[in-house]
Amino acid sequence: MSEHTHPHPHDHDGDHDNAHDRPLSGPALRVKALESLLAEKGLIDPKTLDEIVDTYEHRVGPRNGARIVARAWTDPAYRQRLLANATEAIAEFGFIEPHAEDMVAVENTPQVRNLVVCSLCSCYPWPVLGLPPAWFKSDAYRARAVIDPRGVLKAFGQDVPEDIEVRVWDSTAEMRYMVVPERPAGTEGWSEERLAAIVTRDSMVGVGTVAVATGGGA
Amino acid sequence: MNSIHDMGGMHGMGPLVIEQEDHVFHEYWHGRVFALRMACAFHRRYNGDMGRYARERMPPAEFLAASYYERALYALERVLVESGMIDEAELVEGRPASAERAAANLRPEQVEAITRTRRRTRMDEVAVAPKFSVGDAVLTRNFQPEGHTRLPRYARGRRGVVQRDHGVFSFADSNAMTRDRKPQHMYSVRFMASELWGEAAAPRDTVCLDLWDDYLLPA
Repeated sequence: MSEHTHPHPHDHDGDHDNAHDRPLSGPALRVKALESLLAEKGLIDPKTLDEIVDTYEHRVGPRNGARIVARAWTDPAYRQRLLANATEAIAEFGFIEPHAEDMVAVENTPQVRNLVVCSLCSCYPWPVLGLPPAWFKSDAYRARAVIDPRGVLKAFGQDVPEDIEVRVWDSTAEMRYMVVPERPAGTEGWSEERLAAIVTRDSMVGVGTVAVATGGGA
Repeated sequence: MNSIHDMGGMHGMGPLVIEQEDHVFHEYWHGRVFALRMACAFHRRYNGDMGRYARERMPPAEFLAASYYERALYALERVLVESGMIDEAELVEGRPASAERAAANLRPEQVEAITRTRRRTRMDEVAVAPKFSVGDAVLTRNFQPEGHTRLPRYARGRRGVVQRDHGVFSFADSNAMTRDRKPQHMYSVRFMASELWGEAAAPRDTVCLDLWDDYLLPA
């Protein structure tokens, strides 16, 4: 998509060469052997692998999701479309095709805090949040989020009062989830772009909230 | 299958380590595993459910000792062998026994489109009547399949309420085992935390799972 600026496609070759200089062992060696085998068999193109890595390192990430949240905060009709059919509403941005990458957007309110996990593997909405952080894939998070979501939230510095429902989305099947966090006070009149800049990845997984830096005013 | 991958609700998995991360891939080879997985899947000789089932079959002790990308590498090797894309001897030797030219490989210029269309499991074009409606009380089946399933152990034999009908999707359990897509409705089902975890659970808290018709009975 044109809104993503493409860095020089091969500007990491230097890094790769450095990585290759180190002696390889264990899984690193196994992967290298597998890649060579598949390339020799004509089943993969190593240049395509470079492109995939570059794409997920530089072009697909949580900034996509932040733009969706900022639009939902500023455009009530868009918010309704997003909550009713997230796949189609996200497709308006071009991050996904309307009949692929099925998505659900769930909204935090003063009564409900949402938290996303995949207890069976690490399913995550790649097109809007990029690849998951290590903690999302960790056994500790996957085991604990469904049984002790309040403990998980506490580990992220979030104390959720008893009278608020914590709603866990264990995304073990075909739908992928993003949380629409609450818009913080003090952002009245902000542009979509300025709002998108304060939306964090953690808030869209549900382990964080969005805050305005104190002292700087609105 | 009832194995170690099905971790929801387990204790003893250690503290939650929250790192500030600057890199998507912490090691060069992590990115190569990730990219290999996507480039190999392009040939459609196996499907994503078969890939997940391969990972689940990693022996539990090895699974727990392995990192995320080691698990992914294990699954990729298994599924490549099982789909006949490579054979066991080639994997061990690292040299091709036969040069198999695929009709077409994933090309660099196709990668951007793949990020938007990678997963296509919706099958709304197939006319299948839903067995349940929004608001219905349901009971999840209590089964112990040796094959693949996306119904975690902690949610078997539990009562919930259908809150959304997502439409018709291919069924992961059969698609992983026999490539039978068995299209059927999939719903968001909401469970009280106390139904899953007992009376000590916070009284208002809930857990929602996406469940296919084949997992559900009327309650």
